[in-house]
Amino acid sequence: MRWSFVFAEMWQGLRRNLTMTVATILTITIALFGLGAAWLFHAQINRTHDYWFGKIEISVYLKQASTGPQQDAIQQELNSLPQVKQVFFENRHEAWLRFKKEFASSSPALVNNTSEAQMPQSFRVKLKNPKEYNVVAQAVQNMPGVDQVAAEAEALKKLFAFFDTLERSVLFIALIALVVALLLIFNNVRLAAYTRRREVGIMRLVGASDTYIQAPFVLEIVVSAIIGAAIASGALFMLKLVVFDHGIGRTFKSNLLDIIGWGTVAQAIPYLLLTAVVGSVLMAVGTLQRYLRV
Amino acid sequence: MIRLQSVTKVYPTSARPALDNVDVEIEKGEFVFLVGQSGSGKSTFLRLVLREEKVTRGSIWVAGKDLTRLSHWKVPALRRQIGTVFQDFRLLPNKTVSENVAFALEVIGKPRHSIAKVVPEVLDLVGLAGKEDRMPNELSGGEQQRVAVARAFVNRPMILLADEPTGNLDPTTSVGIMRLLDRINRTGTTVVMATHDSHIVDSMRRRVIELEEGHVTRDQSRGVYGYSR
Repeated sequence: MRWSFVFAEMWQGLRRNLTMTVATILTITIALFGLGAAWLFHAQINRTHDYWFGKIEISVYLKQASTGPQQDAIQQELNSLPQVKQVFFENRHEAWLRFKKEFASSSPALVNNTSEAQMPQSFRVKLKNPKEYNVVAQAVQNMPGVDQVAAEAEALKKLFAFFDTLERSVLFIALIALVVALLLIFNNVRLAAYTRRREVGIMRLVGASDTYIQAPFVLEIVVSAIIGAAIASGALFMLKLVVFDHGIGRTFKSNLLDIIGWGTVAQAIPYLLLTAVVGSVLMAVGTLQRYLRV
Repeated sequence: MIRLQSVTKVYPTSARPALDNVDVEIEKGEFVFLVGQSGSGKSTFLRLVLREEKVTRGSIWVAGKDLTRLSHWKVPALRRQIGTVFQDFRLLPNKTVSENVAFALEVIGKPRHSIAKVVPEVLDLVGLAGKEDRMPNELSGGEQQRVAVARAFVNRPMILLADEPTGNLDPTTSVGIMRLLDRINRTGTTVVMATHDSHIVDSMRRRVIELEEGHVTRDQSRGVYGYSR
């Protein structure tokens, strides 16, 4: 194998079909960027899930008029549930202290206008598996004396739904771009084989091997794919900086949300490269099998 | 060197066989003319020898290899033993004379230093010394065909196939090309040439195989062109 010859042929091919080369690189970039972005959103969702579900507790708020026997029944019911780890009772005074602590600095007027008597009593329930909060909530929801059951997960559902939609749309666009990229590779290889049909004809005639004939075409596409993967990787770092750190990170304060780190982005890059190289080689070789039979 | 035994070739798009039960044996070092009208099977004969097509029935041996059993990946090795020249020269228009010849060696992975050595030798042999850096479009038809012959011969093949090599050339130029093929034949290379050119066949007095509608109708050593003129 004389690689200098193969590389010279490849370079010529890349330049000869410059517009097609650029189109292929850009489409591969979009497809890989989409896949990478979907992966980042997915990682963010998992991370947020883990972070929040680790801290979740259920609050069973009691009616102002709830009686002692009612409260005992609720507590008994909660303790009997296998999903429950621990149950605390929070009386009016404790609730009042917590309320004051949470809002004293942000809205002192609210604190001044609220009295301890208005505070609800509640059971605070810690769960063995936070994902089962629904079972526990349903068990006590309709018992006499219960005002409402609040799980902090409810507040996060919107956020998760938002991420989910984002992930799905990005993935959808990425898959379309991926199909377009593969079709473009197919077309590009066919075009390259056609523009070089004289050379290929002579190569076959004088006994050049399949590898020798096909290597420049395959390398051409692989180079495009690697360039595409490199640009897509750069774009992912930009995405992390602009959307995750500045966009999401500022909207939801950092103590509310654990933003994915640079490591997560870096982890995606080898997979992007691998997808690009394997996908383009398979597509190119497949196309050449049809259009460059010896 | 080339042996066809009861070879039949049927193309899928045609009812009549292109070659029908053909038996031919060509020895090493022979010079053979393949004659016959268009569609008589000359080109099919050459394509079978090059293994561009497979026989439908029968067996074909080239350079000691049974082509009916030759696996796909061994075809390039076979073709390195065969040089081929066409009526339309098939040169690469964007490469110089010596680059065109060198291309045939580059693509089979020959080292650079040996290419640098043999290309001028073969250009000298075909009478193109001094024109190494010309482009094909700066050459006459005869000169272009010499480049094609140089490219076919540069790897010193055992067999040279020529498909109407003088078809695009005037008679005087054709004689020059025939002299060249004759000289190559004298180095021990087997030459098989398909042609319509009766003057050339008559003047060379070499073996003539005539094909008609896929059958061998004549196989004559030191023959003439022969069919109704």
